[in-house]
Amino acid sequence: MKPGGALLEAEGLVRRYAMRRGFFGHAVEVRAVDGVSLKLERGRTLGLVGESGCGKSTTGRLVLGMEMPDAGRVSFEGATMPQPGSTAWRKLRARMQMVFQDPLGALDRRLPIATQIAEPLDIHAIGAASDRSARVEALLRAVGLRPDQGARYPHELSGGQRQRAVLARALATDPAVLVCDEPISALDVSIQAQVMNLLLDLQEQFGTSMLFVSHDLRAVRQVSHRVAVMYLGRIVEEGEPDAVLHDPAHPYTRALVSAIPHPGRTGQRMVLQGDPPNPADRPSGCAFHPRCPVANSFCAREAPVLKPRADGRLIACHVAHGEVTAGHGFTGQEAA
Amino acid sequence: MLRFIASRLARAALTIAMVVTFAFIVLRLSGDPAQIIMGADAPPEAVDAFRTAWGLDEPIWVQYFSYFWAILQGDLGRSMRDGRDAIVLVTERIPATLALTLPALAIKICLGIPAGIYAALHRNSLADRVVMIIAVAGFTVPSFVLGLLLVLVFAVQLGWLPSGGQESWRHGILPVITLGLGGAAVLARFTRSAMLEVLGQPFIRTASAKGVPWRAVVTGHALPNAAIPTVTIIGFMVGTLIAGAVVVESVFSWPGVGRLLVVAVANRDLAVVQCILLLVAITMVCANLIVDLLYGLLDPRLRAAPGKAA
Amino acid sequence: MPLVSLTGLSVAFDGAPALRGIDLSVAKGEAVGLVGESGCGKSVTWLAALGLLPNKARISGSVVLDGQELIGAPPAILEKVRGGRIAMIFQDPASSLNPVHRIGKQITEALALHRNMVGQAARSEAKRLLDLVGIPDASRRLDAYPHELSGGQNQRVMIAIALAGQPELLVADEPTTALDVTIQAQILELLKDLRRHMGMTLVLISHDLGVVADSCERVAVMYAGRIVEEAPISRLFSAAAHPYTQGLLGALPPMDGPRRRLAAIPGGVPEPWAMPPGCAFAPRCAHRVAACDAGVPGLIPLAASHRVACLQVAQVAMPRESVPA
Repeated sequence: MKPGGALLEAEGLVRRYAMRRGFFGHAVEVRAVDGVSLKLERGRTLGLVGESGCGKSTTGRLVLGMEMPDAGRVSFEGATMPQPGSTAWRKLRARMQMVFQDPLGALDRRLPIATQIAEPLDIHAIGAASDRSARVEALLRAVGLRPDQGARYPHELSGGQRQRAVLARALATDPAVLVCDEPISALDVSIQAQVMNLLLDLQEQFGTSMLFVSHDLRAVRQVSHRVAVMYLGRIVEEGEPDAVLHDPAHPYTRALVSAIPHPGRTGQRMVLQGDPPNPADRPSGCAFHPRCPVANSFCAREAPVLKPRADGRLIACHVAHGEVTAGHGFTGQEAA
Repeated sequence: MLRFIASRLARAALTIAMVVTFAFIVLRLSGDPAQIIMGADAPPEAVDAFRTAWGLDEPIWVQYFSYFWAILQGDLGRSMRDGRDAIVLVTERIPATLALTLPALAIKICLGIPAGIYAALHRNSLADRVVMIIAVAGFTVPSFVLGLLLVLVFAVQLGWLPSGGQESWRHGILPVITLGLGGAAVLARFTRSAMLEVLGQPFIRTASAKGVPWRAVVTGHALPNAAIPTVTIIGFMVGTLIAGAVVVESVFSWPGVGRLLVVAVANRDLAVVQCILLLVAITMVCANLIVDLLYGLLDPRLRAAPGKAA
Repeated sequence: MPLVSLTGLSVAFDGAPALRGIDLSVAKGEAVGLVGESGCGKSVTWLAALGLLPNKARISGSVVLDGQELIGAPPAILEKVRGGRIAMIFQDPASSLNPVHRIGKQITEALALHRNMVGQAARSEAKRLLDLVGIPDASRRLDAYPHELSGGQNQRVMIAIALAGQPELLVADEPTTALDVTIQAQILELLKDLRRHMGMTLVLISHDLGVVADSCERVAVMYAGRIVEEAPISRLFSAAAHPYTQGLLGALPPMDGPRRRLAAIPGGVPEPWAMPPGCAFAPRCAHRVAACDAGVPGLIPLAASHRVACLQVAQVAMPRESVPA
């Protein structure tokens, strides 16, 4: 399978939740995901970056069909995703797997990991039962565990080994798509490096397409071919990781990049005022305008759309597209 | 706040209606009140006359609705035994029961909470183990066993206290201790685990890191937080003030509501049983309501006003 | 003369060592980073110094603050030091504040303890502190509860509490780990500002070399309960000598340049009850020789204020040109 070419496409995904505010408040509609379109190419990784509550994890679940969008559609190999629960959906699920942040929570404490790695094979009736142990052994080796470690229980493994076991289980059905939701943020630095290396190796070996959801731009650069930055349920910038990191166009991306602590960082850091916004309390116009240093009154009225710049970078910002001149922002006022 | 109380009251009314219905069904399914009250060898005509007099010859659902309608009007019916108003029969027994359950509640709180706190603060020490062994014992030994044991030691062997009856305050000592010890054990265990949980929270470390002396950390930071789960249990205990002494009253022949209930059930004295159950349901519901309101008082997280900016 | 010096500080829980002899001194006004992975003892070091560990912890060694020995000091002395001379803030601001007390009360409690301020004076000082740490609408926020504030604001409140006792040293234990990236930047800037304006000494505990590089002048790298390398921050990034430090630097994904395979350190941290006989890093080390297992290496001076605990240091410590980061 050669890399490139769309494998999975999502168009205009919207996911709303009803949220009760306070003790006796009435339900408020929260748009966790508000019109997200993205494309996963064969054998490539798309990084999805953003802060807590920006909807990146929900997007991951929508893409996998673990949740149904309220609007928009996901298509896999050109066909629309079948209804959850249907036979076709279950078949498709074997080809799309998810890896979560907390490997201990994702594993069953009462079963040795080899049993858990074999489980998807049983569920989806893949391969002969007689080949099962050989397959599990191959999977363990692929993720850098020894076959004898298959007999261990999750609590007998270190955090990094557990995440390897989770990856082995996810890979058991030979999935075409792997959604990794913050797969390294619970791990120590040296173990994070191991898992990132492993993801790259696995992609090379199996040609898996990946959606890498993370708050860490550096990790995203390390493993992704494209990166999309999310803010309050929408993608605000999308492009090649190096280009986005070195020349961020959206003011939010600029702030994210400038917030990365690293030695040798030069110049004044761009510090955003205020907190990440509450999805239940979405600002008017561009959702970022209350924290934006270059917003002007137009930004508070009109929401920008995500569209390509001359060089192909997708940006959702009036100022970056030159539609309005840079203002001085609203950060002087206290945003609710 | 008003909406909160209104919804609570509506739920309480529903609970009480269910209790009343349940009691009606169980008591009517388990035997014919006329036959039981008149005796097995009563002439059939007398039994029929009794049935007509008390409306027992009507279809069961008519009886149910007329009964329910009467309750809604505040008429709880009369005892089939002696014809007196059930409500009077029950209320004249309440002081006797409260004479046991109120001092017992005081014992539970005054003994259980300090024991639990002490055990938590000295976790794994000898004192902690002793307290917990006593608590587990108090927890598992049924009250009639404990009651009989106390009678055996203090009434029969030592002869210090009377074994039953209600002639003087001395008669109340053993039943109060029986009730109090069991509850104190429950409360001690609860308080201990609530305290241990709170003491492990990061904000306790923050308080210590601020320079707050340990004693003040415990009283000022740990206790207010540990009080939240403990209040639930105390609320439950308050709810059993009226009917929590059925077994103990029987063991010590104490003429309270509990004894009345036992006798009324044996006689299928529907009105009296219903009246007691209603009373129990009301105290339970009230206690729960108070607990809910206390929660709001103790835990600011539960009284968040709608739309408050975070 | 250093403000605080730790000598041979060791801690064990139920016989398993968590700290195995820490020697570290912090001078007045400097900012020192303490870096290492989970379980390396970086937090335990300061909890032990302030007597904040549970009773089952066995502590030995010495912590001297301005001539005053803190290990084994009576509670009355320690209570004056905690919050009054050394303040500490923690990782998870939401659970580090008492949920049932108002923000104002939690600040004035420290004011009463260390500055004898009560009533209206304490309240207006608390308001000033909230202003200082950048909480908008401070006078109204005094009556708020922690759950009504965001994570970033709660960490600011924690800092305000820490400042209330006018401490000489602030120990910040992973102060930004639980926060979003943009909020992390806010808190780091705030700590820098406070240091600039108040001349406060800072110990920053972090698993993230980037965070430490950003805020500190000197850094100590810890591994399995010991300091394995100590150097000025620029020197650490240009001439890391210990294989573990080099490993940590190699594990950081670079910001620019070609994407190279990360130099992941193989294996994992040893369990406290199964410490290797010699250098704790030896089982994961590419430069291991037989001598590494013979004994625990001590810190050897390599250059001005650069110390490293590695027997092989002569062979492996060839200063590298630069480490991409």
